[in-house]
Amino acid sequence: MVNEYLRITDLHTFYGESHILHGLDLRVNRGECVTLLGRNGAGRTTTLRSIMGLTGKRTGSIMLNGREVIDMAPHHIARLGVGFCPEERAIYASLSCEENLLLPPRVGSGGMSLDEIYAMFPNLYERRHSQGTRLSGGEQQMLAMARILRTGARLLLLDEISEGLAPVIVQKLAQVIRDLKVKGYTILLVEQNFRFAAPLADRMYVVEHGQIAAEIHQHEINEKQHVLQDLLGV
Amino acid sequence: MTSLFGIPIQALMGQVILGLVNGSFYAILSLGLAVIFGMLNIINFAHGALFMMGAFVAWMGMEYLGISYWWSLLTAPLLVGLFGIAIERSLLQWLYKLDHLYGLLLTFGLALIIEGFFRHLYGVSGQPFSVPDEIAGGINLGFMFLPKYRLWVVVSSLTVCFLTWFVIEKTRLGAYLRAATENPKMTQAFGINVPVMVMLTYGFGVGLAGFAGVLAAPTGQLSPLMGSNLIITVFAVVVIGGMGSILGAIVTGVSLGVVEGLTKVFYPEASATVVFVIMAIVLMFRPSGLFGKEK
Repeated sequence: MVNEYLRITDLHTFYGESHILHGLDLRVNRGECVTLLGRNGAGRTTTLRSIMGLTGKRTGSIMLNGREVIDMAPHHIARLGVGFCPEERAIYASLSCEENLLLPPRVGSGGMSLDEIYAMFPNLYERRHSQGTRLSGGEQQMLAMARILRTGARLLLLDEISEGLAPVIVQKLAQVIRDLKVKGYTILLVEQNFRFAAPLADRMYVVEHGQIAAEIHQHEINEKQHVLQDLLGV
Repeated sequence: MTSLFGIPIQALMGQVILGLVNGSFYAILSLGLAVIFGMLNIINFAHGALFMMGAFVAWMGMEYLGISYWWSLLTAPLLVGLFGIAIERSLLQWLYKLDHLYGLLLTFGLALIIEGFFRHLYGVSGQPFSVPDEIAGGINLGFMFLPKYRLWVVVSSLTVCFLTWFVIEKTRLGAYLRAATENPKMTQAFGINVPVMVMLTYGFGVGLAGFAGVLAAPTGQLSPLMGSNLIITVFAVVVIGGMGSILGAIVTGVSLGVVEGLTKVFYPEASATVVFVIMAIVLMFRPSGLFGKEK
């Protein structure tokens, strides 16, 4: 299928002795925003880290834009046009805000310029000379997002970006995601916050015990409330 | 003759200059150790042996191939660096996930092998290595006689230290290095080839040791044991300075060299131990070193 950007088939992932993902299957189409919902420990973060090659042993298949990446090193996967915003944000303490922003090398054409990024996140411009970890939680989250928008990555893997942030910042991030969808980015979003994710997602997967337990399209959200309630307790 | 605190000023200044020379070696060597430890998580016990190797490569180049001292300043660090890269690719890269102890044991073994190799070839008595003509002799400052070569050692090694600091703290390449030191996995996930950076960092760190070795060769210490004589003190310097800071390693190295020199003047009995006494005191009050970051 031409339209398919990411396809994961029968993915098993291990951390040492623990078997985390048990044959997970999912796909993300070009320009789509797909959300992974699920309880803590269900394997959502591990799914993103598996795509980046940051986990232990992986088996199965991860096709990225028509290429098999299951055996690739992380820096090669990133170079195919993937931007990863991890749950812990991973802002570098030894780098200034702007150095953090400029760190990731370009992995594709059409990334945002520094000016565009500062226009999108004015706070970061004001704090550009501050040490990365001196920024507030919200600023750090914006920095972690902004960092991968400069590189020209077309697939964004975003892990729990709304977690622990003030409502006004969460709204700001939701607006950023809507803007990115308009710009044609493909987004795989891991979220705990159903209210944040529901209006943004074209489709949602519910992850349970390292497998996909349900798939819900945007137009089915209301009629499948009971499924979400059973699986997530929302 | 003028004197200060009852010590002839000429003797005092002579020891200060010698202290600066030793301090320059401490600075370059501890800088390399700190960069390597940050990136590879390995306590490079082979550092002293590679310092000695740099000196011997320069000596052998001169003896067998007629390569001048000045060319050796370039080629010997390069060769030692390449040798380091071969070590990293063949041995060290398998140890990163293990405890520090394994890296320490492996590099200690390597130090013994490298040292043994040169002892086997040249014995332990030392080889003559003359100061290059261009900077032989000295300058009469009126109150003392300053050998030009000592001045050259201090100036050139501090220049190299400063350049290293500049590259690491102020350039894009240095930002990659700092990022990869702090969070290697995430840095790799941004598309930066961290394994190659790790390899080059080790090559660069031991190249610095090789450079210091060439500088040290004409100071009358060219022997297979010159590295192991120095490295224990250098480790103490690293402990005092702490692993966290490049500038810290440089400042600590130079100042401890001077402190050691001054101790030789005022209380010679303690000159061999003063660095370790300072280390003990620093560890009592700042366990992660003067410039180290608490974890």
